This record gives sequence, structure tokens and C-alpha cells, in this order.
Amino acid sequence: MSSKLAKIEKRTAYLLILPSVLLVFSIILFPIFSNIWISFKNVELKDLRIPEPRAKKLVKLIKDNPNQIKVIYKLRNSSLTQEITNVKFKDKYPDNIEPIDLDNKCQFKSNLLKCELGNWPKKYRENLEIVFQNTNNQEVSKKEIKSYKPKLSGKSQNILLTYKFTLKNFKKVIKDKAFIDLLSTTFYYTFFGTIGAIVFGILAAQMVNQKFFGRTFMRSVLLFPYVAPVVALAYTWELLLDPTSGTLNNLLINYQIIDGPINLLGQKYVTLNILGFDFKLRLALTTVIIFEIWRYFPLAFLFILARLQAVPKELYEAADVDGANPIQKFLNITLPQILAVISILFMIRFIWNFNKFEDIFLLTGGASGTRTLPINVYQQGFSIGDIGMGSAVSIVIVVFLLIFMFIYFKLLGKRADEN
Amino acid sequence: MKIKNILTYCFISSLFLFSLICIWKILVTLQGIELINFNFNKLFIFGIILCVINLLIGKKFNLNIKIIILALLFSIFDYFVSINLPIWYSLGTFLVSLFFFNTIKNYDKNFLSKNHSSQKLFFNFLTLFGITLFSFVILFPFYMMLVTSFKTQALLLLNPLDFSINFAQGLPELFKSYFIVFKDYNFGRYMLTSTIVSLGTVIITLIFAIPAAYAVARLNFFGKNFLSTSILIIYLFPAIVLVIPLYTIFSQLGLRNSIEGLLIVYTATTLPVAIYMLQGYFKSIPKELEEAGIIDGQNWLGIIFKIILPLSLPAISSVALYVFMIAWNEFLFSLMFLDRPNTFTLSRAIQFLNVGAETPRQYLMAGSVVVTLPILIIFVYFEKYLVSGLTAGSVKG
Repeated sequence: MSSKLAKIEKRTAYLLILPSVLLVFSIILFPIFSNIWISFKNVELKDLRIPEPRAKKLVKLIKDNPNQIKVIYKLRNSSLTQEITNVKFKDKYPDNIEPIDLDNKCQFKSNLLKCELGNWPKKYRENLEIVFQNTNNQEVSKKEIKSYKPKLSGKSQNILLTYKFTLKNFKKVIKDKAFIDLLSTTFYYTFFGTIGAIVFGILAAQMVNQKFFGRTFMRSVLLFPYVAPVVALAYTWELLLDPTSGTLNNLLINYQIIDGPINLLGQKYVTLNILGFDFKLRLALTTVIIFEIWRYFPLAFLFILARLQAVPKELYEAADVDGANPIQKFLNITLPQILAVISILFMIRFIWNFNKFEDIFLLTGGASGTRTLPINVYQQGFSIGDIGMGSAVSIVIVVFLLIFMFIYFKLLGKRADEN
Repeated sequence: MKIKNILTYCFISSLFLFSLICIWKILVTLQGIELINFNFNKLFIFGIILCVINLLIGKKFNLNIKIIILALLFSIFDYFVSINLPIWYSLGTFLVSLFFFNTIKNYDKNFLSKNHSSQKLFFNFLTLFGITLFSFVILFPFYMMLVTSFKTQALLLLNPLDFSINFAQGLPELFKSYFIVFKDYNFGRYMLTSTIVSLGTVIITLIFAIPAAYAVARLNFFGKNFLSTSILIIYLFPAIVLVIPLYTIFSQLGLRNSIEGLLIVYTATTLPVAIYMLQGYFKSIPKELEEAGIIDGQNWLGIIFKIILPLSLPAISSVALYVFMIAWNEFLFSLMFLDRPNTFTLSRAIQFLNVGAETPRQYLMAGSVVVTLPILIIFVYFEKYLVSGLTAGSVKG
């Protein structure tokens, strides 16, 4: 009895999870694996259009003979790069109409015109002309003949499904001189974006954890940048930072803090003089990182605040009795309590900043030294149009991602053991 | 009383007062008023003098009168330092300094002679300063977005610092950009598309996720543990690695430029987190309730609909709001899959506006307000639900 119940339970369970599993498999897992397939292929954006045999039907009356009519099919291969094999042609005609002098590729049977047009090479174009007559010697209606549309079918090689592979893409990725630069930009962006977001998250959480007027409102406001759509925010920032008519530059010039406008999003380097040493700062990248911090510190804030509120008050009271100062309280009580949250946050944010696409794309489009790996996927795949290259860069991202995840789950497992 | 404490107190307090006044001055400048100097030296020294006076008076007479007098002194001084400013500016200065002196009114000689008082002072001011600065930095872009949408291109180029809103021009003129955005740029249609896509994603995700989450939470089957761990791992994969294969597959299947295609992708990408959130909640529902249902002769569907769903409405609404937010804000897939204007979502339409021919910036900002406002209203209204969604779903973002 119980085994029967268990069987029913199992069957129900599979039934309940099946739709979700299928959907996630086909839209997330299958594409990740097909990246591998595509990255070994020489595919370009224009190859994605499946070649189609096409026919345009023209109907012409013959002057002296009203019961005859000429039909011209303008045939062509829609693809400029691939051939279509075994093209078949089908068209329907009204009753009482018969072809005269039919091409031997074609057959006419019970109002149906069928043709075997063979193989069409790339860029193929040809006209097929057939004269028809009415068997009852009546006038042929041009309109009626035109109302039927010819149907064509043919086989073409789908470039994605062939077994031709190449290592070209990966060679290009690795040999590219800019690859090291690309990696360092990505890591620079990821690391400082993550650290910045966490530091500001801790500061904000410390502030909001105290009692003051308008605290709940403040908590909502702090989450605004994270909740609002990235498109709107990125364009607002772009206007804010604009060198000629942007608010920030004009404010700074107005208060005589800077002499001339600074193109914060369009300038690759800026030289800073600190204590007599010249530092070269990557300006546009720094600006993008600041935007990133601005947008994602709310998340760190939310987590750390939740943890801070769970710290027992007695700890602080005891510290007060011992005469600890605020810095000692922070270092010895608060920090150890939130360290676990911070390390998890760091890993998660690191993984996510590593894959961040929208923010940089909308602010700079990857120009002036802000090209990271995800931006490169887009540029290779869609700006240059080399789908294979784009996939190869995606694979590089996935490999890094798997390494990060491995470390993350190792750490998580360790933490679980400790508790 | 330690001399070090007094010095820290004077220095930090005056600096805090000065930074508050700076923020006020920046806001004033942005109303189109010419103000080119913060007058750091004079204000800072006068601030120190006032702080010392505050300390000397201590609690000798009524605190309220004390702060009003000090604030009045400061604003009169500031009025004479910065010339030719309207009266409402000075009124603002007065209120800001009133707020400041209110926070330091309790500091006197006794407080400063206590242990760690300089550090405590420092952190008190840091908190106050931080709250002011954080609010300013966060709200300023939103403020700019809103005000820019009320202005005209000519005015914006003439004086980029003038953010004053001219209410005298009448409402139709004030909301002109919004009329144009909805009429000429078709934003009504995009908004409808965005709403359909977001609501559709919420509904389909819930239809798929609730049964799956129930199975993971309650039923025993082979591969359950594997499934529940892989949910999180799958969720960690970013959209950017899916984009190329999905683009190739969708363009060959003719699913690009269709709302259905977008719905499928959005549902699949939000499904893992929805299942993860729901199963956690389902596990917390006492099993006895379901056993009672079984005794009453309910089947699995009956249990889900009559027992689990009514009990887990809070969790379901929080999932629904979170999924809605993700779908409404989503940009990458809509950029990839939509290139015909009749299928655009709001995010894609705004990007199209910006990339296309020189669109006047007030239209761009009006469009941005149109896409931002609904989600912010939803967030403020349903904050409790959304925050729990954000916390659970925060592994991605």
C-alpha cells in the first residue's frame, strides 16, 4: 500500500516539475551548451538567414489571342552565400486551363502545376515562362490566375547544423593582443565595483541602523537606484556628466573647482598629480565603476542591515560597560558579526559584476577603455557580426564563471560545516 | 575638559555646518541663481565661533531660544557675505542652520569631558552627514530626470544649471514633453507592450513555479536534491552567455520581434528564483494542514489550490512583484530580440530614442520618467513584499 502511494507521489512530483524543467532546459541550459557548438563554427550574422527559394508571379495577356495567357515566374535564391538543392515548385490554376508547350521539368495534372527545378547555386536567378490557354475557348481571367500564389520548397544546408568545425575563433580570442587588456579591464571593473558597493553598503547600513526621524523613508530611498530601470538611470547619468551641457561639469566650473570641462565618460586616461608623483587613472572606467557602485550598493546595504538588526543589543551594552570606544565597538562587535554576510556578498557581487553588460553598454558602449568581456561578446557577435567569435568569448566567460562558482560553493560549504 | 575634545568638536561641527550649507547652495544654484563661491574661509571661521558660543552657553538658558539666536546670527552673517541673493535663500540658510544647532544643542562642557566624547561626536556627525549626502547623491539624478522633462531644449542649453520649474506657463505647456512622447513617439503603445510582457511573465512564471515549488518542498522523488541545488546554479548564469545562441535559434524559428519570444525567455530566466523563493515558503507551512486535506479526500491539485495557495499569498505576491520588476526593467533581451518599433518595450524604446537622430533631451527624460515612475510607485507602495523578494533574489542583478 505504502509503496503504491510512494509511486503515485513520485509520478505527481515529476508531473509537477516537468514543465518548469523543460522550459529552463530549453531556454537556459541548451543555449549554454550550444555556445560550445557555435564557438567552433565559422558563422556570421548574415548566415543566420535560412536561404529560401522565391518566385514572383507575373501574368501577361497576349494581344491577339484573348483565350491565351502568358505566366512568367521570376525565380531566385534569396541567399547570397549558400545553394539550395532539390527545389520543388507548386502552383494552382483555375478550371478549364491548360498549358501549351510545357517545359519538361514540369507537369500539369488536375489544375496543379508541379515542377522539379533541381539545384540552385547562390545568387541564382532565372525566369520560367509558360503559356496557358482556355480549353473552352473562353477569355482567360488574369485576376483569377494571379490570385494563386506559387509554393516553393527546397533543401539548404543550415550552417549551424553542419559538421564543419574550426578552431579559428579560439585562436583569435587568445592571440588577440587586446585580450590581456580586456581581461584586466574586466577584473578592474569587477573588483573595484564589488568592493565599493560593499563599503558603501556597510556605511549606509550603519547609518540606517540608528534611530532618527524619517528612517523608514530613508531605507526606501536608498533602494531606489537598484529598483529603477537601468536604461533611465544610465541616460540620466549621461546627461549629468555631459562635458558641455552636463550639470556636474557646469557646477564645478561655476564654483571654480576645475578650469575646463572634463569628459568623464569619453576620456580614457587622466593624469593625477599626488605628492609629486604622476598617476594615470582610467577615467571613463572609473566613472563607470562609480555608476556601478551607485546602482548596486543598495543590495549590500539591504543584506548588511538585516544582519545588523539581528546583532544582540547586549553585546553593545556590555562593551559600553567595559568603556569601549565607537571604533573598538565597530571592529570587535559589528565587523565579526557581519563578516559572513560580507564574504557571501563579495562572491555573489563579484560573479555578477563580472557579467555586467547593460550598465557599461548604455553609458559608454565599451568605448574609451571600458570594454569588458560581456561587452566584447556583444561587439563581436552583433557589431562585427561574427557570431562564432561572440560565442567563443561567451565560453571564456562561462569558464571563469564556473571557476568562481566552484570557489563560492567551496566557501559556502566550509561555512556550513563551521556552523 | 580636554583641549583635544574641544578642538575636534569645533572643527567637525563647523565642517558639518559648512557642508550642509554647501548642499543648500548647490540646490540654490540649480534654481538658476548666480552663486559662484562657497566662501569657505569666512563661513568656516564664523561657524567655529558660533560653536564655541554654543558650548559656552551650554544649558544655561532655554535651548530653543539658544538655537534660534545662533541660527539667526549665522544666516545674517551669510547674508552679508554673499551678496544679492533673494530672501528665500536666506530663509533656507536659516532653516538649515536651525537644524544644525538643534543637533548640537546638547553638547556642553560636561559632555566633552566624558570618555571617548570626541569619537562619539565624530561618529554622530558622520552619520548625519552621511544621511544628508547619501540622500542627496541618490535623489539628485531622479530629481534631474524629472525636472529636465519639464524644460525645453533651448532653455537647457542656455543655462545648464537652471533647473527651476516655471509653473506660470500652465500645465499643458509644462507637460508638453509627455504629450509629445505619447503622441509622436508612440510611448502609449510601448507602455502597453511593457505591461503585457511584465504581467504575462508574472502569470506564466507563477503557473509554472507553484507546482514545481510544491513538488520540491513536499514530495519525495528521485533527483530532488540535485534539482534543488541546480536551481541556484542555473540562476547564477548570466543573460549575456545565453544571448548569442538564443538569438540564432530565435531568428531561425522566427521568434524574434515577437512578444511570445520575449515572454518565453523572461519566464525561463525568472523561473529558478521563483521556485527557490516559493519552495522555501511552502516548507514552512505545517504538514498537518495538508494531511487534514488528504483525509477530507482532496487530491494534489485540491491541496495546492485550497490549502497551500491561500496560506502562501504573501510569498506569492512577493514573487509576483519581484518578477514584475525584473521583466519591466529588463533590457538586454529586448535589445537583442526586438528591432521593429511595433514590438518595442519601454526600455528598448528609450534606447532607440537615444541612439536615433538627435532626440531633444527633455523627451528622453520624459520617456525615462514614464518607465521609472510605475516601478518606483509599486516599490514604495509594496515595499515590504518587494524587499523580501529582493533579498531572496539578490544573487542576481
